Amino acid sequence: MALADTPQQRLADMHAPSPWLARLKPLGLALIVPGLLLLFWHLATARRWTRLIPTPYETAEYMVDFVFGGIYNDAFSATAHIHLLASMSRVYGGFGLAMLAALPLGLLIGRIPLARLTLDPFFQLMRPIPVTAWLPLSMILFGLGARSAFALVFLGAFFPILLNTIFGVKNVDPKLFEAASMLGCKGNAQFFRVVLPAALPSIFTGLRLGLGLAWFVIVVGEMTGVPQGLGAVIMDGRTLSRTELVICGMIIIGVAGFVSDRIVVAIGNHLLRWSPNHHG
Amino acid sequence: MAEPSIPIIEIRNVTKTFQLQGQTIHALTDASLSIRKGEFVTLIGASGCGKSTLLRIIAGFEKPSAGEALMWGKPICEPEPQRGMVFQDYALFPWLSVRDNIAFGPTARGVPKAQARKTVERFVDMVGLGRFADAYPHQLSGGMRQRVAIARVLANDAEVVLMDEPFGALDAMTRERLQEELLDIWAKTNLTVVFVTHAIEEAIFLADRVVVMTPGPGRIESDNPMALARPRDIASPEFNDVRRALAGKLHSHHGRKAA
Repeated sequence: MALADTPQQRLADMHAPSPWLARLKPLGLALIVPGLLLLFWHLATARRWTRLIPTPYETAEYMVDFVFGGIYNDAFSATAHIHLLASMSRVYGGFGLAMLAALPLGLLIGRIPLARLTLDPFFQLMRPIPVTAWLPLSMILFGLGARSAFALVFLGAFFPILLNTIFGVKNVDPKLFEAASMLGCKGNAQFFRVVLPAALPSIFTGLRLGLGLAWFVIVVGEMTGVPQGLGAVIMDGRTLSRTELVICGMIIIGVAGFVSDRIVVAIGNHLLRWSPNHHG
Repeated sequence: MAEPSIPIIEIRNVTKTFQLQGQTIHALTDASLSIRKGEFVTLIGASGCGKSTLLRIIAGFEKPSAGEALMWGKPICEPEPQRGMVFQDYALFPWLSVRDNIAFGPTARGVPKAQARKTVERFVDMVGLGRFADAYPHQLSGGMRQRVAIARVLANDAEVVLMDEPFGALDAMTRERLQEELLDIWAKTNLTVVFVTHAIEEAIFLADRVVVMTPGPGRIESDNPMALARPRDIASPEFNDVRRALAGKLHSHHGRKAA
């Protein structure tokens, strides 16, 4: 879209209640709290309330070095993309695998009473165990390193996807089955034409929660003997007392998690545009 | 084609009982009813009289505990496209547009695409939803949703349309409009309609025959042919006479119970 370039246009944009202003308002409101936090951080470090945390400026400078290099030129300069890609491959790999396992299982448990009676109690029993509690066991089973992180991400994403899929499949309005059968859609054909679309909003909620948890778990997963990854960077920063590195790692994880959540929400909003109560 | 002498729907001594918390509920007792092709029959009665149960048995959603339900002389065992149901709460597929909801039946039965599309467009127009063909159900008013539900059944070649208090949730003005439109569609097509309601006026306004049902246990009280000429005027004295007579039958079981 052509933006206001001449002074006249800019003036017109300022006075007319332009759609741009309407779109900038939520952005401005959303930036208030982060802005205040940044200000507080600046004050706290500039006035030496704490000496252990770097100033926002130092952190920003380090972030530039971490991403592009050329300032400090140490072992971490210009390596952000390597760590981000390593973490992303584990997050999306583990998440994808969890999806492949949890979706069919959820559909099965939600639809077939025998599967529900056999599998549901087991999963209900496993579910309350925090993913972090699996860390020692997964290190024994999968060894120190990337595979262990992968396994933890898988476990973290698995349960939200499974439970929400079961919920969605079990809670299809029974009237819709009657409507489908009187229209000539019976038995297994109802699975694809009724159950799956009706359960889609729940399934998407599960995918969104699962992906969020995958980003949550990745740090824990990468804290043990993984050379690359944002979790490893944060752990290295801690051992080397390089707090700015820790903060940079945190910010990148936050942004990456946010962006991937927005992507899932955008896909969901498009696929579920028929649903009155699904707009994330 | 079946012989015209055979009724399209026949209910023979149908009884339906349910088990509820260890008790046997008699939803319907020894009901018999025969409906000829092209008739418009309304079932009317207070809640618990078995009118919805009877409709669901005709649809094939429920099986009689005793007796039999027949269509063209053959037992009704399961829901089938030739008996289309219109539910009170619409039961549209919320993920499908108006057009795709109406196309659901033809697509499920494997009707060729081009033919299905033509049928769908015809019924979208018949119920006056041309402008909203791409809208989703949640964007429509109650009256418009019910039009989709009717079109969905008609587009699927239903011979019998079963309607379970279809206009019960609508406001009075919309209800009157839809009643007239329904009669219009019925007159233009060769449909048989079985229509459940608890509103006496609606029952008389629409029907060739009003079947009065009474609760405790649910049973058919009387079968009343409507001689009033169409189109019917709700405000006319003749209409009022019929209404008074039916109201008497509808409430007769109160007297019987008290006695």
